[in-house]
Amino acid sequence: MKTRRIAFLGLMVALAFVLSYVEMLLPIHIGIPGAKIGLANLSVMVALYVIGPTDALILSIVRVVLVGFTFGNMAMMMYSLAGALLSFVAMMIGKRTKLFSAVGVSVLGGVFHNVGQILVAMVVMETSRLTYYLPFLVVMGVISGIIIGIVAGMIVQRVAPFGKNR
Amino acid sequence: MKRNDVILIIAILLITFGFVIGTVIHNHKTSTEGGLAVVTVDGEEYGRYPLNQDVTVRIDLADGEYNVLTIADGEASMSEASCRDQICVHHFHIHYAGDTIVCLPHKVIVEIVGGEADDVDAATH
Repeated sequence: MKTRRIAFLGLMVALAFVLSYVEMLLPIHIGIPGAKIGLANLSVMVALYVIGPTDALILSIVRVVLVGFTFGNMAMMMYSLAGALLSFVAMMIGKRTKLFSAVGVSVLGGVFHNVGQILVAMVVMETSRLTYYLPFLVVMGVISGIIIGIVAGMIVQRVAPFGKNR
Repeated sequence: MKRNDVILIIAILLITFGFVIGTVIHNHKTSTEGGLAVVTVDGEEYGRYPLNQDVTVRIDLADGEYNVLTIADGEASMSEASCRDQICVHHFHIHYAGDTIVCLPHKVIVEIVGGEADDVDAATH
């Protein structure tokens, strides 16, 4: 059922793309660089649970590249990519251990997304001052992670049959 | 939401909280230490002296030449020098980060590192 997989992946990329756009439109600026709600993480979460880690990783990278080229610039893409990769690794490990539900996995993803971005920003700007932002970003990541996790859990329950019998 | 999720969230928040307290304490420590006067002789670091301790340092150089660095009231100055022009001795006392006193004949540089920045300069630059 390869076609099915491709179709689902395409759907998820489109969803992630739109969610990134919606997030950009939202007038939430806390004044902290890199602080995002991470709506697009919703689709990555769903993909991770429904069609598995490999496709979720592809989705994550494609999403960052697409959004970066459309709305952002190279610098932004670099931050996002680092955040997305670190967050993906954290989520995958979190899911593998089978200790956490979707909420825990999503919280891990949200926190590590922000941490990854700040780490890259620190390397690029060659300053350690940015660690001041870290606590705020971690708390933001936890809050958004909980919300995204709850929603993702609900979605996964409903679309789970789609990923099976392939 | 499982019990482990709650534990994870609390753990993350606790680590963050600990990190915040750590940085606050660290900043407090470094800020009370204030700036340092870094003495460089011919491009090589000679010594570092905290500005909050009053000291008089005699910097001995080759050929019997010398400079005397005095730190008093949180300010560094060159109180004596064996050179002809005495420019460094007449230089005003320094204490803001980035301030320097240069003794050209002896290739001695005193620079302030860390501590209070010069607000006026920061604003005008």
